[in-house]
Amino acid sequence: MANDHTLKRFDEELERLNATINEMGGLTESQFAKALTAVRERDTAIAEEVIADDARVDALDAAVQEQTVKLLALRQPMAVDLRVVLSSIKIAAALERIADYAKNTAKRSIVLAQSTAPAAAVAGIDRLGRLVRAALKDVLDAFADDDVAKAHDVWNRDEEIDQVYTGLFRELLTYMMEDPRTITACTHLLFMAKNIERAGDHVTNIAELVNFRNTGQNFGEARRKGSGALYTTDTPA
Amino acid sequence: MAEIRKNALYARRRMRDSMATSLAYAATLFGLGWLVLILAVLLFHGFGGLSLSVFTENTPPPGSDGGLLNAIVGSIVMTVLAIVIGTPIGILAGTYLAEYGRHDKLASVVRFINDILLSAPSIVIGLFIYEVMVAPMGHFSGYAGAVALAVIVIPVVVRTTEDMLRLVPDTLREAAASIGLPRSHMIVRIAYRAARAGIVTGILLAIARISGETAPLLFTALNNQFWSVNMNAPMPSLPVVIFQFALSPYEEWQSLAWTGALLITVTVLALSIIARSLTARKS
Amino acid sequence: MNMASTNMPAFSVPVAHAGVSMAGLSEKVSIRNLDFFYGDSRALKSINLALYANKTTAFIGPSGCGKSTLLRVLNRMYDLYPGQRATGEVMFDGENLLDPKVDINLLRARIGMVFQKPTPFPMSIYENIAFGIRLYERLPRAEIDARVESALRRAALWDEVKDKLDASGLGLSGGQQQRLCIARTVAVKPEVILFDEPCSALDPISTAKIEELIDELKQDYTIVIVTHNMQQAARVSDFTTFMYLGELVEFGVTEKIFTAPGDKRTQAYITGRFG
Repeated sequence: MANDHTLKRFDEELERLNATINEMGGLTESQFAKALTAVRERDTAIAEEVIADDARVDALDAAVQEQTVKLLALRQPMAVDLRVVLSSIKIAAALERIADYAKNTAKRSIVLAQSTAPAAAVAGIDRLGRLVRAALKDVLDAFADDDVAKAHDVWNRDEEIDQVYTGLFRELLTYMMEDPRTITACTHLLFMAKNIERAGDHVTNIAELVNFRNTGQNFGEARRKGSGALYTTDTPA
Repeated sequence: MAEIRKNALYARRRMRDSMATSLAYAATLFGLGWLVLILAVLLFHGFGGLSLSVFTENTPPPGSDGGLLNAIVGSIVMTVLAIVIGTPIGILAGTYLAEYGRHDKLASVVRFINDILLSAPSIVIGLFIYEVMVAPMGHFSGYAGAVALAVIVIPVVVRTTEDMLRLVPDTLREAAASIGLPRSHMIVRIAYRAARAGIVTGILLAIARISGETAPLLFTALNNQFWSVNMNAPMPSLPVVIFQFALSPYEEWQSLAWTGALLITVTVLALSIIARSLTARKS
Repeated sequence: MNMASTNMPAFSVPVAHAGVSMAGLSEKVSIRNLDFFYGDSRALKSINLALYANKTTAFIGPSGCGKSTLLRVLNRMYDLYPGQRATGEVMFDGENLLDPKVDINLLRARIGMVFQKPTPFPMSIYENIAFGIRLYERLPRAEIDARVESALRRAALWDEVKDKLDASGLGLSGGQQQRLCIARTVAVKPEVILFDEPCSALDPISTAKIEELIDELKQDYTIVIVTHNMQQAARVSDFTTFMYLGELVEFGVTEKIFTAPGDKRTQAYITGRFG
């Protein structure tokens, strides 16, 4: 960002922090993609891989914590530097949560592989997953390029993700009502959908943080959210 | 190769260094040696003549015993008067230079003239006072002597006052100003107080300087064989008495001259030591 | 639930006036189109700035940016030196204090100053403070005693010196001397106190004490502080002014300046990317 610090070490440490987050982002993205593959392909091996690799994401999260604490204590960052350090902690935490959701999804995919789930429902999960995955990829690009416009775009897409999730929720309810034998599988799919939707929320948070670290402001307008109805009218009678 | 050359260079540098150091020591010893010698000779010749009568009897006629009482009193009277005249003028002028005239053209002119006066031969000052006081009055006098000495005092006090006031940091002046203290109050109540030890030192040094002066007194106060505290008449003083007695062929006079010289030296030394300790305590 | 979390702002960043309610602010000093000259060189360029009552305003900026010069305009300290002059307006209680008719000594009694190096007067601790009080008020001894004590208490120095009020002020430690100077300034009952890098000669513990003091003094006085130490500006001030090359680059609420400054130069300076 802009010209260099008088103190070169400070620059190096900030770059290292960015690199750690980029690495964490790449790993999280791949975990998320693999989890989706595991669901779609009923691939237990890939699912096991995702579960095992979650520790790597956790380790990177710990590394970010350590680096930011060190920066705060030793460099007393101000203004943009302060925002970079603070947003880094939060972005790492968000990525860690997203990776956790990927792990949970992978775990459920193993159970799901042993039951019969409606193919259309699985396809619905995949569609939701692709949306979130694309948003994740874009927000990581926005992070790497300090691209506020792109971050804003990702932020706006959360509404679409929520709509798809709401649709999928109703769809799954319909399947379960039609054929109670699918209840187990559909419940797993429901949890997966919820996990993926939550991952989407964290992607939105990251978009917000990319904007904050670059401009010092939050995306101003309060977003309209139409899905509040989910918990009222659709509650099973 | 480089290593060896470096060592050779280094050795030569060390040699030069030790040579310079020994030369400095030698010069110091040489200078101090004379000083010690002077003190030793003074003590040797003057100490023997020290007795109560030196302080209680007037200067004797040739061939008889006596003391230096009238000369000591004359010296003290003229010195005190010179200080009383010279110190206020000197302090005020020094204050002008340090506080008010810092950026004035006039100040640099005054400073320059003061420096000339500071190094002017004292005999010139004596001649000057002879011209402006003794000649119009028609006779030598203690007043003329005191004024001549005052003229010597002024530049010394001006200089030390200015220097000492300049050592008072400007932040202290600003601090005084910052609570709303007018400038004149600041000078009197803050700057003088901060520079007090230095200014007193300057006055003591001025006393030391004039208490040994002979030349300006020869043309002004002249001398007096007898007890006299009449400032309007010729007045005796230690330096002039020493000058006269030392040149005389009489042994008693010569002995008194040595004693007088010892007294002056001890006085000057004491004043210098007091001045030193004052400045030392300040820093 | 989930929406709540996405709706949360990334961080709660103070917008322009957060932390300090602008509504209750009154301008104690208003600087308008102020220029300052050292001889022919222009050291301040068209400064416009308001100093708010009972708030602390910090001036920051690299050496030679004019922050100390600006401070010294406020009590006309520059008047002590020939060749320095200011043009423009500095309104203080409805009066332009640059007006030659203003009584400088009375002005300085109302706008006190604490300097970079502690500057106790060469007198006793008691006299250091009583001296200033007696300048403008003729009070019975008991009342002066009370004023001296309250000033020393105000400066958090009373407990350390109450048993040696007759000792020289020069015998105190650097930090104590600085607090003595603050007490001396407070004793005159000014309305504004100017601090010119008050901690640059002090150790961190003394610095912390002075900072705490500044924070307390704010209740009764309007405070302006020039500092090289940005963390100090961040710690003690409500408003921060960044100056560069004689210009006022940015003025704002301190939290805003230190989290999201509006000007690139401010950002570069406070993040250590200067020069």
